[in-house]
Amino acid sequence: MVDTCFLGRGFTTLVGLLLLPFGSLAASQIEDQAEQFFRSGHTNNWAVLVCTSRFWFNYRHVANTLSVYRSVKRLGIPDSHIVLMLADDMACNPRNPKPATVFSHKNMELNVYGDDVEVDYRSYEVTVENFLRVLTGRIPSSTPRSKRLLSDDRSNILIYMTGHGGNGFLKFQDSEEITNIELADAFEQMWQKRRYNELLFIIDTCQGASMYERFYSPNIMALASSQVGEDSLSHQPDPAIGVHLMDRYTFYVLEFLEEINPASQTNMNDLVSICLI
Amino acid sequence: MGLLSDPVRRRALARLVLRLNAPLCVLSYVAGITWFLALAFPPLTQRTYMSENAMGSTMVEEQFVGGDRARSFARDFAAHRRKSGALPVAWLERTMRSVGLEVYTQSFSRKLPFPDETHERYMVSGINVYGILRAPRAASTESLVLTVPCGPESTNSQAVGLMLALAAHFRGQIYWAKDIIFLVTEHDLLGSEAWLEAYHDVNVTGVQSSPLQGRAGAIQAAVALELSSDVVTSLDVAVEGLNGQLPNLDLLNLFQTFCQKGGLLCTLQGKLQPQDWPSVDGPLQGVQTLLLMVLQQASGHPHGAHGLFLRYRVEALTLRGINSFRQYKYDLVAVGKALEGMFRKLNHLLERLHQSFFFYLLPALSRFVSIGLYMPAAGFLLLVLGLKISSAARCLFVASLSHALELWMQLHEAGVGPEQAGRTSGSSPPLPATQRVGLASLVAPLLISQAVGLALYVLPVLGQHVAAQHFPVAEAEAVVLTLLAVYAAGLALPHSTHWVASTQAPDRSWMALKLVALIYLALQLACITLTNFSLGFLLAATMVPGAALTKPSGPRPLCAALLVLTSPAATLLGGLFLWQQLQEAPLSPAEGWRLFLAALAQGVLEHHTYGALLFPLLALGLYPCWLLFWNVLFWK
Repeated sequence: MVDTCFLGRGFTTLVGLLLLPFGSLAASQIEDQAEQFFRSGHTNNWAVLVCTSRFWFNYRHVANTLSVYRSVKRLGIPDSHIVLMLADDMACNPRNPKPATVFSHKNMELNVYGDDVEVDYRSYEVTVENFLRVLTGRIPSSTPRSKRLLSDDRSNILIYMTGHGGNGFLKFQDSEEITNIELADAFEQMWQKRRYNELLFIIDTCQGASMYERFYSPNIMALASSQVGEDSLSHQPDPAIGVHLMDRYTFYVLEFLEEINPASQTNMNDLVSICLI
Repeated sequence: MGLLSDPVRRRALARLVLRLNAPLCVLSYVAGITWFLALAFPPLTQRTYMSENAMGSTMVEEQFVGGDRARSFARDFAAHRRKSGALPVAWLERTMRSVGLEVYTQSFSRKLPFPDETHERYMVSGINVYGILRAPRAASTESLVLTVPCGPESTNSQAVGLMLALAAHFRGQIYWAKDIIFLVTEHDLLGSEAWLEAYHDVNVTGVQSSPLQGRAGAIQAAVALELSSDVVTSLDVAVEGLNGQLPNLDLLNLFQTFCQKGGLLCTLQGKLQPQDWPSVDGPLQGVQTLLLMVLQQASGHPHGAHGLFLRYRVEALTLRGINSFRQYKYDLVAVGKALEGMFRKLNHLLERLHQSFFFYLLPALSRFVSIGLYMPAAGFLLLVLGLKISSAARCLFVASLSHALELWMQLHEAGVGPEQAGRTSGSSPPLPATQRVGLASLVAPLLISQAVGLALYVLPVLGQHVAAQHFPVAEAEAVVLTLLAVYAAGLALPHSTHWVASTQAPDRSWMALKLVALIYLALQLACITLTNFSLGFLLAATMVPGAALTKPSGPRPLCAALLVLTSPAATLLGGLFLWQQLQEAPLSPAEGWRLFLAALAQGVLEHHTYGALLFPLLALGLYPCWLLFWNVLFWK
């Protein structure tokens, strides 16, 4: 599901629209707008990747986040510019029959844990408060550099969130929730503090589209894996490990990103269109 | 104003209830029985489903291939056992160690209250052997148990073989997050009870056992396995435990989903699952299975080693392999795969099983009735008692009120003013005297009935040696015969009660006794129903009509026959016949009597060895209550 909006140069409002093949005029208008996105001159890239679920049966959420991390790193954003938050440790869980690995494809084709994962917020440090502090930059001075989002007004930021969600909220760690209003306010604070140039917000949860309903800051593009009232489906059941390995939406995102190399000509529209499968 | 807070409407309601008392009682009783029989039918019964998210689906790969190994272990075990006559402890220790477990033993001994007929043993002692598979990367805080009870007649060697082969397979996997304990107990359930008591550091039943050297953390779930042959045609699952406790329904759902995945045939109460639920045949078969489960749960018998685990809130099941004359047989590998799948899924648990029901009835393996839907059946039956209590109370109140009114009128006519009546009523008037006599005529039957109940509880075991000396019977038979003798002696009570309370009791004080007896019965049945619905329902269904209809006037022989037929012992006898009938093995009267005597002995034995509560409940609670009604019937 795509949410884009440009209204002239002011970039004043931001609304979620359903991208359906209504008319070629509307479609091509949005296509043009999408093509214009991410061409406005940014100088650095950041990524904030959040997995909010713990427990062994939520293996797939950690695998989702790690597969996006792997792609983002492979495509050029260094660890110093990635804030990775994982709420549980699946690789070293005693129930993992392949310790120190997290697989995203069944038959264990792709180990997204790899050898050089740098997790910045781990286990119980992944809380709503820490997440909002990372986004808004209101961090105690003793926080190490690797845990900070040191973006400026020429940064393009990818924010990827996954976990269990509902209509208007995302569950953190079985004990708290972040609402779409809080998230929208955090992004507005980021805009006011000139902490981003353009923001790409991807969310893979049930009823994910509800999380971007309240955004009111400019220059944000949001993709969600399901509409309000829909569930996101898990994918890749693996009997050897005993859990589902990935969620469907992120699985296709990963497949898409794996094919990108320095010579490829794919653009944002292609990323947007994979969610229409 | 509300219905109950408005005094006018309340009086009207009370008047209506009292006027229609008899029809309401009959209606309520019929409603209770009908509701119970309707429990197997679709709106009241639901499909089972997995409630625990952590266990999820059956998405595991079972890799167990140790069928030959299991068979060879079983052969060795059987051979060593035949040679030594008892559990081959040294061989078990050696084999478990070779498979890679940490092995410990525990010795236990206990004195039985009386030597039981089948084994003729008085002092039972044995050794339990258990091996612990430590979780490779976890902290040994939780564990699962696979137990194989071995007794003198049920050698269960195939189960031991399968357990050892599974242990060898499990030892090679690294995904265990909980320790697994493989337990072989001697003397069946006696060994299991000794092990459990030592593991949880309690002493409930007076068994002397050596303390356990090795422990593995809190037990989350247990599976008991009984296999009599190395091929099975079906697996029978037993859920009812000691005192009617049941494991969490999710454990049964887990077993059922794995049987479906592996194509294994599973039975409940020995009956196959009916396929046609939309029509009437399925639910009718469900009624039979439901009745069997109710009878088994009411008996309070632990139907397998799992029944003893339930007391410590460890969810447990017993799986029995049945080898019948069916064409298609499954070998040990199929059973092993099902067990492997179950243990792998239980390994995923993060908390104790608590999401699904703890109180339920099963018309079939894939259908259940939850407590909210079956409780009204017992509620209707207890409502009959409530209605009877209210009418008896009103009669008594009116009777005593009219008596007081009469007295006041007499005093007034004799010319004594109200103040003098008040003064004289404080000194020695006839009213307190009659009240005192009334109280004596109440207290005496109560005390005597309770005393007979106490005698029923204590005498059989205490007096077995005396009885065995004077009569040519074994101790077990002596116990049973003493039980029956005390029970029958209670029937002669009404004459002795009147001998104690020699003054002529007023006409209406039988009503006071009946009121007290009804309240006593209602309280007891309510408490029993809350913990063991089946026992409460069965006792209510049989005792409530007799209790409600008893009065001294009317056809005495008929009422006496009804009351005897609905006494607790007769209920037990009837239950046995019904149980055999439902299992399609009906009994002749002589066989039934013998089974009844055996059941009595077993009830007393289980009370002393496992702490089963059926015997004390019946002897100390329901039998004295029933005797009070007997007293009411024979009131002079």
